[in-house]
Amino acid sequence: MRRSKDRSLFIALCVAPATILFFIFMVLPTVNVFRMSLFERGAYSPTETFVGLNNFKVLFKDAKFISAMQNTILLIATVTIITFFFAILFAAILTREKIKGQNFFRVIFYIPNILSVVVIAGIFSAIYKPENGMLNSVLSFLSGRDVMILWKDQQMVIISIIIAMVWQAIGYYMVMYMASMSAVPVDLYESASLDGAGRMAQFFQITLPLIWTNIRTTLTFFIISTINMAFLFVKAMVAKGMADVGLSFMYTQKDAGLYGYAMAAGVVIFLFSFLLSAMVNKVTKRDVLEM
Amino acid sequence: MKKLLSMILASVMVLTLLAGCGGGNNDQPAQNDTPQQSDNQTPSTPDPEPAPEPAPAEDVTIQVAALASGYEEAYPGMWQEVCDAFTAATGIKVDLICDKMLEDVIGPSMQGGDFPDVIHLATGREKGLTEQFIKDRNIADITDVLGMTVPGESVKVSDKIVGGFTDTSVTNPYGDGETYLAPMFYSPCGLFYNAGLFEQNGWTVPTTWDEMWALADTLPEDTYLFTYPTTGYFDAFLYALMYSVGGPDFYNKALVYGEGIWDTPEAKECFDIITKLASYTNPVTPAQANDQDFTQNQQLVLDNKALFMPNGTWIVGEMAEAPRADGFKWGMTALPAAKAGGNGASYCWLEQAWIPAEAPNLDAAKQFVAFLYSDAACEIFAKGGAIQPVLGVAEGMEGDNKMFYSIYDNGADAAMGSFAAYNAVAGLGTVREVFLDPVNGLVNGSVTEDQWMADVKAASDLMRENIMG
Repeated sequence: MRRSKDRSLFIALCVAPATILFFIFMVLPTVNVFRMSLFERGAYSPTETFVGLNNFKVLFKDAKFISAMQNTILLIATVTIITFFFAILFAAILTREKIKGQNFFRVIFYIPNILSVVVIAGIFSAIYKPENGMLNSVLSFLSGRDVMILWKDQQMVIISIIIAMVWQAIGYYMVMYMASMSAVPVDLYESASLDGAGRMAQFFQITLPLIWTNIRTTLTFFIISTINMAFLFVKAMVAKGMADVGLSFMYTQKDAGLYGYAMAAGVVIFLFSFLLSAMVNKVTKRDVLEM
Repeated sequence: MKKLLSMILASVMVLTLLAGCGGGNNDQPAQNDTPQQSDNQTPSTPDPEPAPEPAPAEDVTIQVAALASGYEEAYPGMWQEVCDAFTAATGIKVDLICDKMLEDVIGPSMQGGDFPDVIHLATGREKGLTEQFIKDRNIADITDVLGMTVPGESVKVSDKIVGGFTDTSVTNPYGDGETYLAPMFYSPCGLFYNAGLFEQNGWTVPTTWDEMWALADTLPEDTYLFTYPTTGYFDAFLYALMYSVGGPDFYNKALVYGEGIWDTPEAKECFDIITKLASYTNPVTPAQANDQDFTQNQQLVLDNKALFMPNGTWIVGEMAEAPRADGFKWGMTALPAAKAGGNGASYCWLEQAWIPAEAPNLDAAKQFVAFLYSDAACEIFAKGGAIQPVLGVAEGMEGDNKMFYSIYDNGADAAMGSFAAYNAVAGLGTVREVFLDPVNGLVNGSVTEDQWMADVKAASDLMRENIMG
């Protein structure tokens, strides 16, 4: 009896720090965001006026917000698909095939992930430079004529952001999948190849199903982080207003003195990311296979 | 034993948490020194006639937040030196925050209700912090500072400031004759070019837009007429253009979004000139017109790939280390006149210092603002190239600066002021978003002139309805 009381006290004490921190720094601010979205005020103003749901009404008619959300969705969809395709492909190659310098490639792929967005923006500024930029020079060399693509101009700006984001994210997810792929027992592959299964069949019948739980979890992570990363990349790399995403719209409104309106945008983005993760979780649900 | 160990571990965890929280709070009291000490002063009773003598000030510490701009870079420690001189003159201690990203440094604590006493931060910056304070009427009225004696001197502040600088919409945002923002550093903006290239080719600097277009048609293939760092640089350009095309009446009416103002022939001419200029702009410009790459656009002028760009006098220091074409020499001209015989115009870019309405040490803060116009302060600022609108300061200039600041002596009209403040309305963009950002679209072809004009008209009507004051 006494033992179980001590035990629950211990558990309570263990959980308390995280709970208190989570409550103060996550729950309270989130509740506050919801509250402030119902008011009209500047970020520094001493007064605020209650406007009910008016901020939301205007928000859903604001063409800039709609195009910002379209950009967000476009980035989430394309960046996720491309990143996951390459991350899984490279992970499979690096774990299953005998390639010289495996570790070297692993490190190379992982490096972009530890760079800050400011550094990445600097690197891509050199890559995308119209005159004598790396990408245009390579394309000119390959095609044999002068290529002059304005990567950061309106027509190409989303593609430029997608390339940079994919480049940044691949390494991290590749390492995640390599870890779970190397946990797949080798005898499964051996018996499969005795049964006549080729490399492709092995990948789709054995590797993919066995790392599925991992893919599901990382997918949710990735979608949430893409909403944030898209904002950072857009902010650091391109001209204001050329490719606004949800969060950059939010900050623009705050800087324009519309704090309540910005919070309303924040609420919509919050609910959007919540719903999207829930949907992804639902759609990707499969029976868990035991190894 | 095991139980004991787990209890110890758990309590360590809780303690770390508390320590963590405590550590976070520790910084606050340090910054909060000011309000606490100010309690024995008079924090919230603004005297109509504040005492010019620094009598009860021994124990006061004011907090000054100043943007570390190019001037501070040219002469590091400039602001600290001014603060020290202020302490020497009045005995009031100064706690200085000087940062390139000033908004990010003071913004969060201000949201928590902790305001510095004096802020030196101009309008027209991307984060729009000063504009937000204007819109919220959250700035202290400093009209009485003009009547104060400069600490350490026997002259009144208003006798030192050059006439006209304290009655523009940049310093009196509500148009009611009251001054809220103190005019600080000013700098003529204009078109910067390679004077060396003009000499080599025997070109003359155009004085009308027609001469400008004629020059554009004679340029070699790789040289374009125009570029711009980012669309933000068009604010000074647009102000000067409106002034030179339409004169003062049109200009003043446009700044308050006058009814039908954008349907006038003058307005049409402004839009036409910018649109035509966009077609002569180096096409790589919009791709580099962001905060990351804007120096590459400025480099286009150094490399003779673009002839003119709108900029301010700080450009010389900003690009000092950059490689340049042989024989490069900075030149600056006002915007060309609309018609032959007319006057060109140059926008006078003015930075402001102001006191938040909730500053804990209002009186000491006002003394600090008054001190900014003292001979001692002006001298220190001038070392960094920062020129204040104080009588006699501009006379001591030499080199490039002398040429830049003489632009008004050479017949250019000075345009001052800015678009009137309006109450923020959800869905209505900022002045920059509505008026300036579409220039990128004009250059790359994603926006037409008619679209741009229609958007400006619609937004301008809304701005007029919500104008302040």
